[in-house]
Amino acid sequence: MNATQSLTARTGNLFHRYANPGRFLRMGAKLQPWLTWPALVLSVAGIVWGLFFSPADWQQGDSVRIMYVHVPTAWLASSGYMGLAVCSLLSLVWRHPLADLAAVEIGPVGAAITAVCLATGSLWGKPMWGTWWVWDARLTSVLVLFFLYLGHIALIRAFDEPQRGYRAAAILGLAGAIDLPIIKFSVQWWNTLHQPDSITVTGAPTMSTSMLWPLGLTTLGFTLGFGAIVLARLRASVMESRIRTILAASRGRQSAAQPAPTTDSAPA
Amino acid sequence: MTHLPYIAAAYGLTLGVAAILSINATFRLRQARKRLAAIEQPRTRQPS
Repeated sequence: MNATQSLTARTGNLFHRYANPGRFLRMGAKLQPWLTWPALVLSVAGIVWGLFFSPADWQQGDSVRIMYVHVPTAWLASSGYMGLAVCSLLSLVWRHPLADLAAVEIGPVGAAITAVCLATGSLWGKPMWGTWWVWDARLTSVLVLFFLYLGHIALIRAFDEPQRGYRAAAILGLAGAIDLPIIKFSVQWWNTLHQPDSITVTGAPTMSTSMLWPLGLTTLGFTLGFGAIVLARLRASVMESRIRTILAASRGRQSAAQPAPTTDSAPA
Repeated sequence: MTHLPYIAAAYGLTLGVAAILSINATFRLRQARKRLAAIEQPRTRQPS
């Protein structure tokens, strides 16, 4: 075994330690309230602050308040897909059983959030730009992301044999991740109607702290909320999988216990 | 020009979708937990 194979095996062992359904359900039950309640508190605080206590923009007026829901959903659309791509990698390289179930559950939530991002962007664009939609690089690349989510949802359920669906969707999940840097840098690479990023990792934010605080609260709150919803769906999915396994085993035992038909009773 | 309808629509849509996703996840989890408990209970009662 060479060094690369050894590293892959050791990393796989680390991930598979958390693949046991019973252990995951126990951990998930403990983690759920720590995601759900802070998500609720932070989201409500951020929304109330953003709607009623943050200042209107000197240029955009009150419509800037759409930012407090649009920016978190835009962040979650991309980071949700990043989560999907990580699950795809875990599934393809290490055949992690929970990664496939997580990918199934992230898809619809990510698609719904991306749809909200596009819709709130349109609702912000109409009063500011005078149009609901333009085919600029940022908007178009986010629309492509929405279609990638829809494609993943369709593909993962398209096969009678679930493993084939998981594999095909994982390949799409990984390949589609190329859209994420395009979304991020679209406002720099191309001349877009969409404004450049106001918050960057390296530079100081270009907005007032009175707007930055509620935006930070809603972004953190929505992110925890996304995690809480995906975790709840994943816990339900693991339980449903366990139910199917128990019922299948029970049916197998029943059919094994039934006496085989004798040749006397068989028609000639 | 008032921007209120756009703001109300954006917040309404966001909160509506968040509520639908949350309620759906909660009910699905609750139902799965109930079904699993109902199936596992007779199994645990069986003599070994």
